[in-house]
Amino acid sequence: MAEKVLMKGNEAIAEAAILAGCRHYFGYPITPQTEIAAYMAKKMPKIGGCFLQAESEVAAINMVYGVAGTGKRVMTSSSSPGISLKSEGLSYMAGSDLPALVVNVQRGGPGLGGIQPSQSDYFQATKGGGHGDFKMIVLAPSSVQEMASLTVKGFDLADKYRMTSMILADGTMGQMMEPVSLEEVEVADYDKSWAVTGTKCERKHNIINSLSLVPEELEKLNFERYEKYKTIEENEVMYEEYMMDDAEICVSAFGIAARVAKNAIAMARAEGIKVGMIRPITLWPFPVKAFKAAAEKVNSFISVELSMGQMIDDIKASTEYTKPVTLCNRAGGMIPSPEQVLEAIKKANEGGNK
Amino acid sequence: MVVFDKPKSLLDVPLHYCPGCTHGIIHRLVAEAIDELGIEGQAIGVAPVGCSVLAYNYFSCDMVQAAHGRAPAVATGLKRADPDNHIVFTYQGDGDLASIGMAETVHAAARNENITIIFVNNAIYGMTGGQMAPTSLPGQVTQTSPYGRDTSHCGFPVKVSEMLATLDGAGYVERVAVNNVKNVRNAKKAIKKAFQNQIDKKGFSLIEVVSTCPTNWGMTPINALKWLEDNMLPYYPLGVYKDRDAQKEAE
Amino acid sequence: MSTTQILIAGFGGQGVLFAGKFLAYKGLIADKQVSWLPSYGPEMRGGTANCSVIISDTPVGSPIVGTPDILVAMNLPSLKKYENDVAKGGIIIVDSALISEKVERDDVTTYYVPATKMANDEGFATLANMILMGKLMKVCEEIGFDGTEAAINKVVPAKKANLIEVNLKALKTGYDFE
Repeated sequence: MAEKVLMKGNEAIAEAAILAGCRHYFGYPITPQTEIAAYMAKKMPKIGGCFLQAESEVAAINMVYGVAGTGKRVMTSSSSPGISLKSEGLSYMAGSDLPALVVNVQRGGPGLGGIQPSQSDYFQATKGGGHGDFKMIVLAPSSVQEMASLTVKGFDLADKYRMTSMILADGTMGQMMEPVSLEEVEVADYDKSWAVTGTKCERKHNIINSLSLVPEELEKLNFERYEKYKTIEENEVMYEEYMMDDAEICVSAFGIAARVAKNAIAMARAEGIKVGMIRPITLWPFPVKAFKAAAEKVNSFISVELSMGQMIDDIKASTEYTKPVTLCNRAGGMIPSPEQVLEAIKKANEGGNK
Repeated sequence: MVVFDKPKSLLDVPLHYCPGCTHGIIHRLVAEAIDELGIEGQAIGVAPVGCSVLAYNYFSCDMVQAAHGRAPAVATGLKRADPDNHIVFTYQGDGDLASIGMAETVHAAARNENITIIFVNNAIYGMTGGQMAPTSLPGQVTQTSPYGRDTSHCGFPVKVSEMLATLDGAGYVERVAVNNVKNVRNAKKAIKKAFQNQIDKKGFSLIEVVSTCPTNWGMTPINALKWLEDNMLPYYPLGVYKDRDAQKEAE
Repeated sequence: MSTTQILIAGFGGQGVLFAGKFLAYKGLIADKQVSWLPSYGPEMRGGTANCSVIISDTPVGSPIVGTPDILVAMNLPSLKKYENDVAKGGIIIVDSALISEKVERDDVTTYYVPATKMANDEGFATLANMILMGKLMKVCEEIGFDGTEAAINKVVPAKKANLIEVNLKALKTGYDFE
């Protein structure tokens, strides 16, 4: 195993991307993710890569679109308001079936909002993130080590399925330092025969395109894309089950919220309350089956979120509204304390959720 | 003896452009330049949003369709992916390049991005049915300026070539027209030079092609050419606005 | 099995984040689980800055330190803001050269170290933070002095390797201060 070093989450993403073979990064400054760009600006010129600060988020995602069209690994990173600007490009990449990695180190919104951590872009990330029918693979790291490993995974899934992977982190995950061990990455060979690299006058021209003016054809493309999404839902779900064996209450949280929830679960367990957690690692595809199975065993669910309650809708739908689901949340850049989560657990334990 | 043939870089498919539209001429000039420079196998074209959105079906080289106005950013990505081997050009109209994509245009020029931009200026939004463009002339009647472009209300046209020429980054900027044989020949020369510059790694080149839109101008093709000469050319004078090489030689 | 939660707070520019990083590396070298979380944003322009460090034998849950076992206060606003958050029986280390007020609580152990003055006197004016870390290592046995040199080697950038010695000196100065 590689030596453990202390790294900020943002830096871990950048280094992992380089290890995964990404040599093109385009971005625009925004707090709290600037370390990613700074890291790339320093590293890329030394390894024959390209870091370019774009004139806007809109331009950055379209530069990503350009490189992605050539089949090379490419990424951009931003924070919430910047991702809104990128949503045009995200939709075009989905429509053109281009692989890329996009990082959202979320901050409080809506609008310019604040710069403190948030998870309020869950809907934006998991329900499309732009106009039209499409999905992105959404990965939610909960440690600096996962910031790195999910970046590598994100590139692989993007290439495997020709679509955008998004790392949905938050200001805390981006700014915190933890020990991380970065391993060499072996990049698999993916079919890139669709890429535009010049025909060399040896093949018919390739076209990267999302325009389709014949509705029957466009419909077919959409159905085909959703077949692919179904495969992903069947094969790529990732989650962590924590102390769920005997749990009567199931906490659900991702990212920083899951870290806080673990403290609260330890406190509750010390008081004899049987509580566990399902931590979705892929927010899309959502761990529907895990929640459905949990609903057979537990009495109630608690969704811990740094938002006004977004993932909670997916928990309710996954459990088919069979068990009560309550929200334990803070918003606007605030983070729930372990004590607040403990309170919610106690209330659920007393049957307050029913 | 063959006296007239289709350039190799244009595919043998019917174009969708309106009768009398000058896009066909400009497509041909681009294709001829690519053929003559022998870069078809390296070329990657970027189609815009607008009338020429379907250009990806017409050129035989690899093609990418870009979001409205974003072609220079997409081209930046395509070029940076393999600067030594990709020859990248965009083909954009006035709404695409000078309105919604002005930031991408200006900054690609400022960076001296080593790409070639073909900018077709016909002073109107064609595809969407004839709305006022950033280059529509004062007083010009369009669907969204039905009483003529009122400069006190919606300001003045953007002179793209003049503006870009002020940027240190822009390497080569020339305005040409395709209204008569002489001008078409000049346009061809300029377009070819814009590609040659890229091959020679000289950086950003933009050729503004003043052209017509008979359909949305509501004119016959002949009258449209006449209107171009009488109205557009005085406002958009032809010529080289920036040529870093020539400037260097002169110094 | 122990977990030590540390909060270091002061003005931007006092080396709050650097001191925290040193402690985190020290924990890492001792094979502990660690986390380091800075406050971020406008603080870096000279406002208040703080950083949470957790050093633990078990995996770290939340990296946010809400109830510190040890508070290092490098200015008065930080002491005022966090004094009451410190765990009962915890430790507060105060830079008494910058804070003339006393800690009001009597259920914590307080150490007053005139770190800024000591740093000035010793000729390493910018290292009051490390003097305070020295004191922290002395009074918190879970942390201790072991591994200090290795940790300093990790946190001082290679370009500034000439500063390793003086950092060690500052740490020793704080460690030996009675």
